Amino acid sequence: MSFEKHLMICGATGCISSGSNKVQQALVEELEKHGLKGKYRLVMGGCPGLCEEGPIIVIYPDEVFYCRLKPEDMTEMVEKHLIGGEVVERLLYNGPDVDSPVRFYDSIPFYAKQKFNVLRNGGIIDPESIDEYIMRGGYRAFSRALEMDPETIYGEVKQSGLRGRGGAGFPTGMKWQFAAQSKGSKKYVVCNADEGDPGAFMDRSILEGDPHAILEGMLICGLAIGADEGYIYCRAEYPLAIKRLKIAIDQAENYGLLGKNILGYGKNFKIKIKEGAGAFVCGEETALLASIEGRRGVPRHRPPFPAVEGLWGKPTCINNVETFANIPLILKKGGVADFASVGTEGSKGTKVFALAGKIRNTGLCEVPMGITIREIIFDVGGGIKDGRKFKAVQAGGPSGGCIPEEYLDLPIDYDSLTSAGAIMGSGGLVVMDEGTCMVDLARYFLSFTQKESCGQCIPCRLGTTQMFNILNDITEGRGKPEDIKLLEELAWAIKKGSMCGLGQTAPNPVLTTLRYFRDEYEAHVYEKRCPALVCKALLRYCIDPEKCIGCRRCTKECPVDAISGEKKEPHVIDQELCIKCGACFDVCPKKVQAVEVLSEGLPEPKVNETCEEGCKCQS
Amino acid sequence: MSELITLTVDGVEIKAEPGTSILRAALANGIYIPHLCDHPDLTSVGICRVCLVEIEGRRPTVSCMTPVEEGMVVTTASEELDQTRKVNLELLVINHDYNCQSCSKNSKCNLQELTRYIGLDEERIKAMRKPMLDSPIDDSNPYYIRNMDKCVLCGICVRTCDEIQGDGCIDFAYRGIKTKIAVLGDKPIIDSTCVTCGECVSRCPVGALVPRNAVEPTYEVETICPFCGCGCGMVVGARGNKIVSSRAVPDSPANNGSLCVKGRFGLSFVNHPNRLTKPLIRKDGELVESSWEEAISLIAQKLGQYKGDQFATIASAKCTVEDNYVMQKFTRAVMETNNIDHCARL
Repeated sequence: MSFEKHLMICGATGCISSGSNKVQQALVEELEKHGLKGKYRLVMGGCPGLCEEGPIIVIYPDEVFYCRLKPEDMTEMVEKHLIGGEVVERLLYNGPDVDSPVRFYDSIPFYAKQKFNVLRNGGIIDPESIDEYIMRGGYRAFSRALEMDPETIYGEVKQSGLRGRGGAGFPTGMKWQFAAQSKGSKKYVVCNADEGDPGAFMDRSILEGDPHAILEGMLICGLAIGADEGYIYCRAEYPLAIKRLKIAIDQAENYGLLGKNILGYGKNFKIKIKEGAGAFVCGEETALLASIEGRRGVPRHRPPFPAVEGLWGKPTCINNVETFANIPLILKKGGVADFASVGTEGSKGTKVFALAGKIRNTGLCEVPMGITIREIIFDVGGGIKDGRKFKAVQAGGPSGGCIPEEYLDLPIDYDSLTSAGAIMGSGGLVVMDEGTCMVDLARYFLSFTQKESCGQCIPCRLGTTQMFNILNDITEGRGKPEDIKLLEELAWAIKKGSMCGLGQTAPNPVLTTLRYFRDEYEAHVYEKRCPALVCKALLRYCIDPEKCIGCRRCTKECPVDAISGEKKEPHVIDQELCIKCGACFDVCPKKVQAVEVLSEGLPEPKVNETCEEGCKCQS
Repeated sequence: MSELITLTVDGVEIKAEPGTSILRAALANGIYIPHLCDHPDLTSVGICRVCLVEIEGRRPTVSCMTPVEEGMVVTTASEELDQTRKVNLELLVINHDYNCQSCSKNSKCNLQELTRYIGLDEERIKAMRKPMLDSPIDDSNPYYIRNMDKCVLCGICVRTCDEIQGDGCIDFAYRGIKTKIAVLGDKPIIDSTCVTCGECVSRCPVGALVPRNAVEPTYEVETICPFCGCGCGMVVGARGNKIVSSRAVPDSPANNGSLCVKGRFGLSFVNHPNRLTKPLIRKDGELVESSWEEAISLIAQKLGQYKGDQFATIASAKCTVEDNYVMQKFTRAVMETNNIDHCARL
C-alpha cells in the first residue's frame, strides 16, 4: 500500500501533555470528513526534541514542520495543505530567533548545531514498527556482530571511546571486557532505564521514539559478554515507553531477533522488562539489581562490581539507555571511526541534553561533546526566557552542580564538568535566570536527595537531612553565622563517607553554589535578605504611596485583609498580617506597579521591654 | 589451610587468612579500627561508614568490606579520616536519645565507646539542628523493649534475625530520615513472626533493644540451661541469690553462642516462691515434704510391684539425651514395656 504523504505526529510524553492526542483525533476526524482516510499515513512517532513548540506534526515528503498545533488548526491544515497543496504559514515555526516563518528542521536554529546519533530515528520512524527501524539500517550492526568474536566486539566499543551515558562516564568497552572475562555459565545484560533526575527525559525519549535501538544495543552486549538474558529496568512512570518496549520485544521475537537460535547462529537471548516502583536510588546499579531480584532497592558496597557479581550473583553488564542506543552506530561498518571523529579527547560522540528551566526552547537536544555551554543555551536553547539575564545552569540534576556565567565557554565533556564542580550526570540542564535564588535552589535539590536517600548509611541519611534543615533555616531567616562553615564541613564528610553515588554527589549543589555564589549565602545569613527576591520569609511587600492610584484591587485580592486604604487614596500593607503571597503584586495594574517587593533584611527581634534581665528574649 | 596474606596496617605488618576483611584482620592483631555495624557473628555490610581507612593507591573505603590483599598498606587514622568519622558520629549523636543516665546500656554502649574514642566537636554539635525524638516505645513484647530513638540503624538486629535465627521478622523500612527497623506492616513487634529468641537484643550495640526490667548482675556463673535437653551453655548473672540476667557462652559447642526465649528470658521460675525444692509424698491424703532418700526408696519399692503393660513412663524433655536414653532402656529392659513417652517440649 502506498501513501501520498506521511504525517509524523509527535507522540512522546512532552507533546502528549501539550495535547498531541487531541490534535491527532481532530486530524483523523477531519480526514474522514473529506474522505481522505487511507490516503495519508499518520504516525504517532517519537520526539523531534523541541517540546517547547509542541504539539508538532512533520509532513513528508513535503518537509514541512508545523508546531504549536491545536485541534482547531486541523481543518485549515487539511484543507489548505493536504488538499490545496499550500503550506499554512501561520502554523510554521516562527520563534524570536528567525526573521520569518521557516519550513523545516534545517532552517530552525534549534537544530542547527545538533548532531543526531542517538536521536537519529526519533520522529522519523514509527516506533511501533520494526520494519521502519530495519529500513533505517537497524539490526545491521547486530548481524555484523554475530559474525564477530566477543573480543572484537568489545574491542571496537573500547576503540570508539564511548563512555557510560548514565552519569559517571565509565568507559563502556572496558566494562564489557570485565563482564566478558568474568567466569560464569550464566551472565546478564541490564539496561538502566530508571531515569530519575528532575527535569531529565532523554532516556524516555529514546525508549519512546526508538525502542529497537535499545534492544539491538543489548543484543550486541549479550554477544560481547556471553549473556543470554537481559533486563530493562524501566520506571513505571514511563507507561508509554514500557508499552513501546513490549511491542518492540514482541516484534523482535517474531522476526527471530530475540529468542532461541537467533538468525540461525545458535545464539539465544531474551529480554524482560522490570518496572521500577519509583525510588530514585534504584538508578544506582547495585540498588537496581537488588530491586530486580525482588529485594529492597538499596545499594551495596562495591567491589565486587556487577561485572563480577551482579544480578543473582552472576556477572552482569549494566548500561544506561543512551549508552545502548549508541552501540548500533559504533558496531556498524565503519562506525568506530565515525563515532570517534566527534567529540573531545576524553569524551567521544554526542550527548543528549534535556533543556529545562528558564530557557526558551525547552526540550531535548543532541550535540557533539566539546560544544560550549554557551552554544547549548543560547544557540540551541534560544537563550533565556522573557529576555532576562542568565545566572547559572544546573548540570547533572540533584547530583550535579551549578555552573555560573564565567564558565559559559567551557567545552562540555565529562572531565571539564567535573573540574567545574558539576557532573555530566544523565544530561539534565536546568537553566536559571537572575530571578533564581541559589540558596533556595540548593535547598530544593537537598530536599530531593534527603527524601530519596535509601537510609542505610549514616552520612547520607542524617547528613543530607542536616544540610537540608540548615538550608531551610537560612532561607527562612534563621541562618546563623556558623552555618556556612558547618554546611561545608558536612558536605565534605558526606561526599567522602557515603556508600554510593547518591550520597557522594548529594552535596554538590551546595558546594557549587557556595563556590560561585557565596555572597548570596552571606546575604541570607548575615543580612537576612534574599538578593533574588525569592525566599518569602526575607521579603517585604509594600506599596509606593506616590504610585498607588487607590484602585482597591489589591485590597480585594488580599486573602488575609492586610491591605487598607480608601478609594483613590494610597493603600498600606500591614506587615504584621501580610503572609507574602504576592497576590497584591500580581493584581496591581502593570501601568501602575505600585507594589514593591523588597528584601532589606529582617528587623532586629523585638526585645521584651519588661524583661528585667535585659536578655533580649522575645517572650 | 591456605597461605596467609601479609599486609601493613599503620606501619605494623600483620598476617591474615585470605578473604578476611581488613577490619577483622586488624582487630585480631590488636589494632583497633573504630566500627559500629560490623559484628563477628554476622556478614559485613559496610553501612555505618565508621571503619573508613585509607589504602595506598585507592580512595578511602570501609575496612569491613575490603578483603586483605598481599602487600596492602593501610592507614587507619589521618586528619581527613578523623574529620569524616567525627562528623559522621556527631550526626548519629544528635539524632540519638542521649539520656544515658536512665539507659540500661549505659557504660556498655558502643556509641558511648565510639564517642569517647573519636571525640566530638562541641561547637559543631551546638550548631547542628536537633531533630524531635518522639518515636513511640514498642513495649508490646513481654520480654524486651524497642526504643527507635536510640536506634543507630546499624542493621545488626536485621542480620541476626536473618542469619542466626533464620526468622527474618524485621527489616529496614521507609527511606531517608524516616528509615527505621520495622516488622511487616510496621506493626508492634508482638504482631510479627518474632519468636523472642532475644538474639538481636543481645547484639544490639546501643539501648534500642533492651530486656524489660534489665538489672545489672553483681556476679556471673557459667552453667547449662535448665530447660530442654540441648544443653546450651549459658552464663547466668545474679544479684545476691537472685538470677537477673543470662547470656550464651559465646563459643559453647551445643549452642554456638545462641539462646532461645526460655534460656534467655525464662529463668524467673528459679526464684519463684511456688517452686518445689523438695520431693512431696502423699500421706493420708496430704502432700508432705520429705527427703530425696525417702522418696526414691518409696519409688523403688513400688516399681517392684508392676511389670509389662501395667506400667508406663513419662520422661522429660528437660532431661539430657543421655538421661532419656537410660530411662527408655530401663522401661524396656527392666520394666518390660514399650510404654514410654515424654512431655514433647517445653
